Amino acid sequence: MTSTIVVKPEKSVNPLLLAWRRFRRNKLGIVGGVILIVLYLIAIFAGFLSPYEITIQHEQFPFQPPQKVHFVHEGQLRLPFVYPNSFKRDPVTFAKKYVEDTTSPEPIRLFVQGENYNLFGIINTNLHLFGVQNGFFFPLGTDKFGRDLLSRMLVGSQVSLTVGIIGILISFSIGILMGGISGYYGGWIDTAIQRLIEILLSFPRLPILLALAYVIPAKWPSSLVYLGIVAVLSFIGWASLARVVRGQVLAARDQDYVQAARALGASDLRIILRHIVPNLTSYLIVTGTLALPGYILGESGLSFLGLGVKEPMTSWGLLLADANDLSNLSQYPWLLTPGLMIFLSVLAFNFAGDAMRDAADTTSKN
Amino acid sequence: MFNFILKRTFVIFPTLLAVSFIAFFVIQLQPGSFLDSYLEDPRFSQETVIRIQEQLGLDKPLIVQYGLWVWGIVTRGDFGQSFTANRPVAGLIGERMFWTVEIAALALIFSWLIAIPIGILTAVRRNGVVDGFASFLGYAGLAIPDFLLGLLLIALILSLNGKNVGGLFSNEFIDAPWSFAKLLDHLAHLWLPIIVIGVNHVASLQRQMRANMLDVLSQDYVRTARSKGLQERIVIYRHAVRNAINPLISIAGLSFAELTSGSLIAATVLGLPTIGPFLYDSIKAKDQYVVITLLLLSSFVLMIGNLLADVLLAIVDPRIRYE
Repeated sequence: MTSTIVVKPEKSVNPLLLAWRRFRRNKLGIVGGVILIVLYLIAIFAGFLSPYEITIQHEQFPFQPPQKVHFVHEGQLRLPFVYPNSFKRDPVTFAKKYVEDTTSPEPIRLFVQGENYNLFGIINTNLHLFGVQNGFFFPLGTDKFGRDLLSRMLVGSQVSLTVGIIGILISFSIGILMGGISGYYGGWIDTAIQRLIEILLSFPRLPILLALAYVIPAKWPSSLVYLGIVAVLSFIGWASLARVVRGQVLAARDQDYVQAARALGASDLRIILRHIVPNLTSYLIVTGTLALPGYILGESGLSFLGLGVKEPMTSWGLLLADANDLSNLSQYPWLLTPGLMIFLSVLAFNFAGDAMRDAADTTSKN
Repeated sequence: MFNFILKRTFVIFPTLLAVSFIAFFVIQLQPGSFLDSYLEDPRFSQETVIRIQEQLGLDKPLIVQYGLWVWGIVTRGDFGQSFTANRPVAGLIGERMFWTVEIAALALIFSWLIAIPIGILTAVRRNGVVDGFASFLGYAGLAIPDFLLGLLLIALILSLNGKNVGGLFSNEFIDAPWSFAKLLDHLAHLWLPIIVIGVNHVASLQRQMRANMLDVLSQDYVRTARSKGLQERIVIYRHAVRNAINPLISIAGLSFAELTSGSLIAATVLGLPTIGPFLYDSIKAKDQYVVITLLLLSSFVLMIGNLLADVLLAIVDPRIRYE
């Protein structure tokens, strides 16, 4: 006699899926996530989206205000176009000003050929999303050298948005390793690392950041300076994380699964990194998302003071430095637009981070 | 309690020593030296520069320079000389201390006065219109860097033909003796830095207060208070707020340091005569004793703030005991 009992496996729900369901209910979190995706897409396709190369100086057009997009020419509705600008001096005051030449409308075209650039750093192309055939179109105006502000802002996002991610990766690696060692071994190693963390945390953040940023030699090429800034920011960031990791490792050290791993002959490092730390994944992701704004703000602050990334690279903070002058600020207020990008990105990271924290929190029903 | 304070005070000194040691060597790592400007200047001969170097003690080995500096503090309370101003560091910092404390204290009061009521209101009217609006403002306040807010407000004031931007006094009052007119002028300059420096703090305090209130309002003793038939006003202010505010005291300990040194960039934008911009200028000039003294001072403020907050917390909240 044969009787088969068919056991239907109960459909298990992945905790990640549960967290995602909770996240999806949070509207602000979704908004933040969408903004972030858009911002990072902008950073990736910055060369394609920006009408000009960021170092090209249009000497005839210093401090040109944002150019208006028109739809009506001589009473006729048209596709979006701009009027070419020319630079004039006021006959009475000699003040510089730009005058639109309303006789020759210049249509804004899509997918135009422009300056060469490397898409993703490898594909050499000259295709730009939009532009004009004759004359120039500066949607957000220009800086003192006549460089297109929109292009600089878009390309600048590559620096501003990556500083945080690379910085988090570095500081989390240090923090996890130091916290792991400290909690796992205990004893004098623990004491030494704890003292180090205490000293690091008793430095006021911004002043020591400035002092460290000043260590980076001005002679270095801008890509090395960029890495230096990331290193400085991560150097400050790892200490508080190491504390939390230490506490978790300390608690997990005598648990059965760790004992089991040890009995199987796993090395200490493997136990810390492969057995204990994965339990912290959701904590680490949430903390990382919420720590990212600090890196964006830190980088923009340093660059704003002239201690961060330098030309020919650019970042939002560096662009804002042009506005740090009372006469520039009152005459050319459009120089402040890169600030909008800082605002948006920090806002989006906080939205998404808060929503992720709530989603990862399985204990509360709210 | 007394033992606790004593122990904590005792820990501060070795930490400060470590802080100053690290700070000193971070400065030495920086490229260039204070003497570079003399070496490039054709008016100074090689011999003069060497003499200046000897006068400033820069010819000695680094560890000796550091040791002498620490020895000066311990024996004479002398924090060294500023190279650029050619005056004792302590005096230079003292001149800026008053304005630094004034602005930080007012920004602290400003942020508590705004943030606590908003935090309470948004927690009580949870998910209402006010809550949504205030929460968004809170997010916005955290997302805008203080220096950008400073620039924006300056641009706004200038476009409205306003004056009184930058510094703490109009030019004609800077060296004038105190008078009623000077005081009015000072107040007209003061509100901008207080708002700019306080806004980030308002945003984080308000969020914290809201979270604490929500936490407390779901506790059993609040339900008990309500079921006793107490007026809602009393439940909120006597039962909930008192408990919700305690965790903020710990934040207050950190915030004084944050408001003095953390507002450095905004203070530079606003042209304030505080220690933040002074630190920035000294780092640029490689004025080493000014830099380490300022770093030391900032971390001292941080540690004292923490200690005071812990003590205050124990006084306010009898459930907390230190061994």
